[in-house]
Amino acid sequence: MSKLVGAVAIAGGGIAGIQSAIDLASSGLKVYLIESNTTIGGKMAQMDKTFPTLDCSMCTLSPKLAEVARHPNIELMTYSEITGITGEPGDFTVTVKNKATYVDPDKCTACGLCVSKCPVKVPDEYNEGQNNRKAIYLAFPQAVPRVFTIDAEHCLYLTKGKCGNCQKACENDAINYEDTDKEVDINVGSIILNTGFEPYDASNLEQYRVDHPNVVTSLEFERQLSSSGPFEGHVTLADGTHPKAIAWIQCVGSRSPEIGRKTCSSVCCMYATKEAMVAMEHDLDLETTIFNIDVRAFGKGFEEFYQKARNEKGIRFVHSRPSGVEVDPVTDNISLKYEAEDGSGIKHEEFDMIVLSIGLTPSESSKNLAQIAGVEMDDNDFVKTKIDSPLETSKPGIFVCGAMQAPKDIPDTVADASGAASKASSLLSSERGTLVTEKKYPPEKEMGDEIRTGVIVCRCGINIGNIVDVPDVVEYAKTLPHVVFAKEEVYACSTDSLEGIADLVREHNLNHMVVASCTPRTHEPLFRETLMEAGLNPYLFELANIREHCSWVHQNNKKEATKKARDIVRMSVSRANLLQPLYKEKLEFNNNALVIGGGIAGMNAALDIGEKGFKVTLLEKESGLGGMLLKFTHLQDGRTTKEVLEPLIQKVESNPNITVHKETELTEQEGSMGNFKGHIKGANIDEDIEFGVAIIATGANEFEPEGYFSYGEYSNIITQSQLEQRLDEGLDAKNVVIIQCAGGRNDDRPYCSRACCTVAMKNAIRLKESDPDRNVTILYRDIRTFGVWEELYTKARELGMVFMRYSEDKEPEVSEKTVRVFDHLMNMDFEINYDLMVLSTPMVTPETNELLAPMFKVTLDANRFFLEAHIKLRPVECATDGVFLAGTSQAPKLVDESVSQASAAASRACTILSRDFLESIGNVSVVDPDLCIGCGRCTLVCPYKAPELKEVTVETEEIVYITKKSEINPAVCKGCGCCAAECPTGAITARHFTTPQIMAVVKAYGEGI
Amino acid sequence: MTEQEWTPKIVAFCCNWCSYGGADTAGMGRFQQPASTRVIRVMCSGRIDPLHVFNAFLEGADAVLVTGCHIGDCHYVNGNEKTRVRFEFLEEMLQQLGLEPERLHLKWISASEGEKFANFIKDVTAKVKELGPSPLKPAGVK
Ligand code: FES
Repeated sequence: MSKLVGAVAIAGGGIAGIQSAIDLASSGLKVYLIESNTTIGGKMAQMDKTFPTLDCSMCTLSPKLAEVARHPNIELMTYSEITGITGEPGDFTVTVKNKATYVDPDKCTACGLCVSKCPVKVPDEYNEGQNNRKAIYLAFPQAVPRVFTIDAEHCLYLTKGKCGNCQKACENDAINYEDTDKEVDINVGSIILNTGFEPYDASNLEQYRVDHPNVVTSLEFERQLSSSGPFEGHVTLADGTHPKAIAWIQCVGSRSPEIGRKTCSSVCCMYATKEAMVAMEHDLDLETTIFNIDVRAFGKGFEEFYQKARNEKGIRFVHSRPSGVEVDPVTDNISLKYEAEDGSGIKHEEFDMIVLSIGLTPSESSKNLAQIAGVEMDDNDFVKTKIDSPLETSKPGIFVCGAMQAPKDIPDTVADASGAASKASSLLSSERGTLVTEKKYPPEKEMGDEIRTGVIVCRCGINIGNIVDVPDVVEYAKTLPHVVFAKEEVYACSTDSLEGIADLVREHNLNHMVVASCTPRTHEPLFRETLMEAGLNPYLFELANIREHCSWVHQNNKKEATKKARDIVRMSVSRANLLQPLYKEKLEFNNNALVIGGGIAGMNAALDIGEKGFKVTLLEKESGLGGMLLKFTHLQDGRTTKEVLEPLIQKVESNPNITVHKETELTEQEGSMGNFKGHIKGANIDEDIEFGVAIIATGANEFEPEGYFSYGEYSNIITQSQLEQRLDEGLDAKNVVIIQCAGGRNDDRPYCSRACCTVAMKNAIRLKESDPDRNVTILYRDIRTFGVWEELYTKARELGMVFMRYSEDKEPEVSEKTVRVFDHLMNMDFEINYDLMVLSTPMVTPETNELLAPMFKVTLDANRFFLEAHIKLRPVECATDGVFLAGTSQAPKLVDESVSQASAAASRACTILSRDFLESIGNVSVVDPDLCIGCGRCTLVCPYKAPELKEVTVETEEIVYITKKSEINPAVCKGCGCCAAECPTGAITARHFTTPQIMAVVKAYGEGI
Repeated sequence: MTEQEWTPKIVAFCCNWCSYGGADTAGMGRFQQPASTRVIRVMCSGRIDPLHVFNAFLEGADAVLVTGCHIGDCHYVNGNEKTRVRFEFLEEMLQQLGLEPERLHLKWISASEGEKFANFIKDVTAKVKELGPSPLKPAGVK
């Protein structure tokens, strides 16, 4: 390789591109983020809520948009497309065509004056054409960059030479009708493709009658649910009334080989469930029905979500695929014809509204881009990758992630995106820091003598605004002590609102700031940074949580919620008024990594980190590397697991940066990010270890289904992994029955194990292919071969496998040679003879999780998998800094997903390892030596040994003596404040949580009468 | 406001890492709860000084909840163990002052236990409603 360029081009500015960009830019590489739309944010920006937590999509996304907009190492190229790629890994030239926007981004202040003067109405893409925007527009209020664009196709001036209103209206002279398209070449070392998907165009399928105004696509419906949507969050029929009964039709444009759409779109079952649930929150009497082939609730928390929807919310799920929508020629009413599940024949049912759950298809622009990049595609037009290298395209140096590789949901896309970032930077690790600049903040302004506090109350769309009377809270805030300014925002965390904070600080000479919005656990860092940009110390900021702690938990009591929001704001202001500026120190740290678990995830994570030049210790408790995969013989692409594992093990063991310890476990662990200290004990080792970050890749085990379906009673009942071994040895069973969900999706293990359906298809196909005369029957509850693995299901059916659905309240009864199943469609019991029965059992967590979780201070979820920091946007991080998750330790996964997650964990870890220093926290505790009596109780309670008794000479007027006083080492202190609570004389101040601050908050609560 | 509508004033001290997260998770799961409680965030339950709790009662709280991570899960190793010790002392002191034990609670709530948080608030609110306003409440505070 002749030359290496420390920059990466990312095609596509959806959530994937955003995540890749943040990872790369934070590890010292320059990033060009290229997006064809006028704003970044992609499809996630159009979502109202996200499943399965019903979190507000924009609320979780917009801090990321803001982070990208403000990152000094990310160059945004919106309204741009890649038109050419030449060169080789390490040194590519990417040609980017930048479309004319006719608005000078440096002059546009996004004031919106132009919009009010523009006479042209254009269907608004953001709302799926359900309302209009103008010819000069901003895609949505939180758009980044926040610059207007003139739609050249519809602008009167640009098409007909008439009008010119916007130019006249603009006070800043930002309109430039002479603007032209430009082409620029950028030089980068690697490229990531993630231009995502396109929603399936349902008008291709006439039987669904999209021409009828009350038949809408799921994306249109999503926009209707959104407060920023066309009807302000009210689901609305063509006549302006609201529906009482809504039906969803699943798999529109998915699982339909007859129209060339062979794959499952992975997300539709969950988004339909979510949409039904949210719609029912809006209208409690609404009846909702979801027509599906199978309910594919396969991700983390999905099955629980589905069961809640079904059992608690009363959403009706019907396993039947309606043939089409029927429109009554007289009344224009719409109805569905479907086959009843109970075998009672064809049913006809009317609905007020029908939602088509449209699938995810490869976009035209993705196909073009793949062609320009010269990467191979599969026959579904997704970029071709391998199970063991799911992020690598056929062209070295060019990587792929997200829905461009296969249909997938947000967390998988985000994990992919971090993973692709890891791959893209491995090659360029020697160039880290060569093309980047450091973020500079203005000097801190003088505090002055007067406390001047500003308050922003966030509506959070409808999340807060619909429950809490926000204007009332704003007016109330203005009456509070030291508050000199208060106002409301629709989204306080949107880029424009954040940018406005600096102006507010200047205009009103603010020196303290309160934002009443959501939880500080996610949003405090963002606002603190904004304060720094405004020249204020970040610790002068206080978040008042009126969403999680108020509007969301008092949805049915607006009056009480408003009263509580007033209280919370008053309490926060009283605290904010007492906040003091605090400063951090630079700390040295250890930039070695520890990876726990030597399965496919752990090995890939270790390799990715090792390849970037950092030292890694890999622990494996068994005698060989390979983990759970060792129990299986084949992958679903036909290759043997050996073919994949052997070269990987070889690579890991020969990497000079990786030290492998087998039969070794971590027995003790303390410390925190950058300075973890542990002890490892094993076959040949018993020593202390220090590391800066840890990746938990402890994997999962196949559940031993003792007590389920007579397992253990008869020797001809085995599990899938046992079947794989037996298949290799040659198997003569003629009649094989496979039972899905054995020991899973029940009260003991309420989750879906995600991989078992695909594994079962893989093995069923092997059974049939090795002996075509063999009868294979699969008893299932739902077949969940999501994404591209749907093709295995199709193939299994083509090979003549018999599929029978059973329900959880009528489980198959197994005796030694026969199994009785109740068939709902026929409404009768069937008896099937078998020689071999195979149980598909869930993945379960290893016991080591129970030991590791407390050691690292991380949480396990209800199913004892590790809990990630955020279910959508931080899928590989723990809430504890410096601890990451890879593979099935976080939730059941397929091999490709584990591999991509491993790279993701490595990427996130390397954003830390590649720093020059860590920063101490600002809120360390301090001792007032005048009050300290040297009792030493602080030294006893501190787990970090931060306080130390030191000999000092005290000189007073009368006497000079030597005594001991405590002193706290700020580099070691973690700011818990335990010592302050313990100190008998009040000599210790727990900064940022001082006793006067806490007392002020308590007092402020009491004042609310 | 009539007597029946009286909502107790409850102060919940929450640690940043677990119980505050539990309260957040209650919000994310939309676990509805009475609007009786105001959360005061500290980094660790071990920061909560008995003085703060006394003070809360003196300022008019009808109940005080001290919450943190489960034992063994404290983000700062064992801050909550100190909380437990201090809590025993607190309980005794407050009982001597004539305060009913139902007005002071110690509870460990993890960041994933949203429903538990909401139920806890429901239970305590119901109990304190039965008891009526705290005897330590100063005049003028409802
Ligand atoms: S951090 Fe939660 S109790 Fe210490």
